[in-house]
Amino acid sequence: MPAPIRLRELIRTIRTARTQAEEREMIQKECAAIRSSFREEDNTYRCRNVAKLLYMHMLGYPAHFGQLECLKLIASQKFTDKRIGYLGAMLLLDERQDVHLLMTNCIKNDLNHSTQYVQGLALCTLGCMGSSEMCRDLAGEVEKLLKTSNSYLRKKAALCAVHVIRKVPELMEMFLPATKNLLNEKNHGVLHTSVVLLTEMCERSPDMLAHFRKLVPQLVRILKNLIMSGYSPEHDVSGISDPFLQVRILRLLRILGRNDDDSSEAMNDILAQVATNTETSKNVGNAILYETVLTIMDIKSESGLRVLAINILGRFLLNNDKNIRYVALTSLLKTVQTDHNAVQRHRSTIVDCLKDLDVSIKRRAMELSFALVNGNNIRGMMKELLYFLDSCEPEFKADCASGIFLAAEKYAPSKRWHIDTIMRVLTTAGSYVRDDAVPNLIQLITNSVEMHAYTVQRLYKAILGDYSQQPLVQVAAWCIGEYGDLLISGQCEEEEPIQVTEDEVLDILESVLISNMSASVTRGYSLTAIMKLSTRFTCTVNRIKKVVSIYGSSIDVELQQRAVEYNALFKKYDHMRSALLERMPVMEKVTTNGPTEIVQTNGETEPAPLETKPPPSGPQPSSQANDLLDLLGGNDITPVIPTVPTSKPASAGGELLDLLGDINLTGAPTAAPAPASAPQISQPPFLLDGLSSQPLFNDITTGIPSITAYNKNGLKIEFTFERSNTNPSVTVITIQASNSTELDMTDFVFQAAVPKTFQLQLLSPSSSVVPAFNTGTITQVIKVLNPQKQQLRMRIKLTYNHKGSAMQDLAEVNNFPPQSWQ
Amino acid sequence: MIQAILVFNNHGKPRLVRFYQRFPEEIQQQIVRETFHLVLKRDDNICNFLEGGSLIGGSDYKLIYRHYATLYFVFCVDSSESELGILDLIQVFVETLDKCFENVCELDLIFHMDKVHYILQEVVMGGMVLETNMNEIVAQIEAQNRLEKSEGGLSAAPARAVSAVKNINLPEMPRSINIGDLNIKVPNLSQLV
Repeated sequence: MPAPIRLRELIRTIRTARTQAEEREMIQKECAAIRSSFREEDNTYRCRNVAKLLYMHMLGYPAHFGQLECLKLIASQKFTDKRIGYLGAMLLLDERQDVHLLMTNCIKNDLNHSTQYVQGLALCTLGCMGSSEMCRDLAGEVEKLLKTSNSYLRKKAALCAVHVIRKVPELMEMFLPATKNLLNEKNHGVLHTSVVLLTEMCERSPDMLAHFRKLVPQLVRILKNLIMSGYSPEHDVSGISDPFLQVRILRLLRILGRNDDDSSEAMNDILAQVATNTETSKNVGNAILYETVLTIMDIKSESGLRVLAINILGRFLLNNDKNIRYVALTSLLKTVQTDHNAVQRHRSTIVDCLKDLDVSIKRRAMELSFALVNGNNIRGMMKELLYFLDSCEPEFKADCASGIFLAAEKYAPSKRWHIDTIMRVLTTAGSYVRDDAVPNLIQLITNSVEMHAYTVQRLYKAILGDYSQQPLVQVAAWCIGEYGDLLISGQCEEEEPIQVTEDEVLDILESVLISNMSASVTRGYSLTAIMKLSTRFTCTVNRIKKVVSIYGSSIDVELQQRAVEYNALFKKYDHMRSALLERMPVMEKVTTNGPTEIVQTNGETEPAPLETKPPPSGPQPSSQANDLLDLLGGNDITPVIPTVPTSKPASAGGELLDLLGDINLTGAPTAAPAPASAPQISQPPFLLDGLSSQPLFNDITTGIPSITAYNKNGLKIEFTFERSNTNPSVTVITIQASNSTELDMTDFVFQAAVPKTFQLQLLSPSSSVVPAFNTGTITQVIKVLNPQKQQLRMRIKLTYNHKGSAMQDLAEVNNFPPQSWQ
Repeated sequence: MIQAILVFNNHGKPRLVRFYQRFPEEIQQQIVRETFHLVLKRDDNICNFLEGGSLIGGSDYKLIYRHYATLYFVFCVDSSESELGILDLIQVFVETLDKCFENVCELDLIFHMDKVHYILQEVVMGGMVLETNMNEIVAQIEAQNRLEKSEGGLSAAPARAVSAVKNINLPEMPRSINIGDLNIKVPNLSQLV
């Protein structure tokens, strides 16, 4: 068997291959040779073969058959063998193969080897790919080496310890004693890795963090020495003494100083010193400055220092080096939340960065610009952002468009401006606008009543030439359908009215319907719009009828359904047509539920906003619950108000938290949204067991005194109690609200929250008006489940309108009689 | 933490591939290819930071690269590393290679892949920076190389011995040498040739 070729030969041969196929052939031949050589158990050439195998592995060819050979090499006595064997183990093996456990013994022996380089190899391998079992076995050895005086081994042991801690966090305490002297080292390599080890420990465990805070003075001293000491050739990088160590120490200081006043104070001086003394002409200086800035922003530094930091970042922004600018933008993004005003000062520079050639910088600048938009600078910023939207790469357009919409919504100075901005976005980046933007826009347009004529005119003009951008066409179609009468009336206050005939409008809508570029959804919009125009247009009703009937046999099921139903409207239900296709009312902005389903309605059902039934008091359901949550945040009480354990966890938060829970146990139909009614079956059985089969008041434990839970401002709420005999953990409370003032209280809403150990269910109230002069009451039933028989406590929140103003009150009810919960 | 270190040339051929987190082989190659394409698109006066491709990890990871002559040095790091610091680290690594190989060029990396790995091992261990002092690293590498050489090196001493014997011109070998009382039988060396 001829001796296997050397690595160099192999590489040379492979490089002569001219095609991929040739290369593959050579490699396969060599692999076969290597495999037979392995089979022969040849000790002398094994290292050479494994080296070749690793080369082929790097090129992408399979090399797993060499794994065992690596182990054999590790077990050998020669340093050469060990070296290549460990390298092979690190490249080819991982903890998923069982083979790697065989290494444990070898590594253990090598950790105690007489040659430091062998020990180094073992530490390196363990630190790279040691599994948790290996780490557990060998942690003791590593800890021993952490205390050795040999700096070469000490630094490796420190990093190996980091890996062990990552794999087996419980072993962290084991390394604690060894860390005592780590910072006393002179050798920078050991210092560096020790700081890494300390950083890792502090990040993982708050106890360690507290323990290591006492090291802050020492760290500050080391940093000071680094800065002050003169030129030291071995650690010098472009004139700065060991910048890597400086950066590491700054990072550790950041972690130690976070949220801690004393440490932060101890660091203030040195940070100021570093910030002012570091030379910024080279990248190393900037790296240190950058780290300093991050540290200053993160700890509890004094305001002067913070201003200094932001100014440094501002200077970075003007630097020629792209990397520095990128890094500055990233950190400004992080600080804009906390130090908004300071960052605002650099707004113009940031906006200039939008025009940079570099994609990464542009993205950062865009995000930062959106964060900086406020009421004062909205007009200027929007101009820049719209210009950016025009010229930026496609990957940005969607994000930019969404950002612009959000900013416009929050800070629009006038409705006209808002609509203009939206139009501009739709026309420039129409196809990149996200789908959920369309309903939001439609709602916005509906709400700006005086702009309807202007809006529909502009939209009409926009799609006249080009109807390929789907979101634009959808919005336009909807608007034309709604406000078509305004369009043909030729009246418009805001701009020059255009003369459009009914036929022209129908032309454009029909072309959208026919066009290949229109998505199915867009066609739906279009058809509905045409239908709506049948009540708004006078002369073209027959044409509309024809169009609608054609689509009654469309292949698209959605269109077909719509067309058929609209046809029915024309024929059988013609008397209802005008009422159904009336102008939409101004919609409530239901922010919690995201976009309400406005347009996917059939012609007959009511406009969707009524379906979601915003609570009568006006504010959104989730904000009500949030208020309660805020109240109860401190204590252990959580508002457990599962009126329905919804089987649809993804449903909009508003419905889940709707405290006026529409579930009626007796199964009466409610007006609640569909998902709420479905899980009646899946209600907690214990609540049902006691109560569903029997009428509510049969098993009453009489004699529980009722209490007045609330009595203020003329509103009195009484609680009466019933206990169920069949289920002793359930208490049924009937509340009665009465009003002794001379004016009615309207839109009355009662909400309740109980501690975590209870469960609460609110049934529908009898009404929402509490009549004056105690002439009537509102009754509502609350069921409380108290399995642990704990003392009943409740917090209640009342909202109502009285004497023309909205009132709101919170109260705690603690005077529950013991019979109600024992 | 550094997740991967890749070195490849202007055509995408890998010269050094080191992952500090486990990926199956096909994914590794895919990552190399994807990284190459991402980096190739970059102009030379653009910043050296790239938000990484989809394969190599979530949004926390960045690619930091530097272009030296025909080679790209790419470090894939997460947010715990300072970006500017890594740029300096790449510089230190390349300068160390320069010191070890005397004016390093791509060919050196090609033919001495194992040595490059050993040098890298002294700089980065387990995804974390171990040593940044160039002289220190070079000294340690040279000590280990000496140790290896004393054992005969990777090529293994027998090879040299064999070739040495091959080159001995032995036109005729006496089969036995008789010197006085001594009778030495000369073994047949032809098997070794």
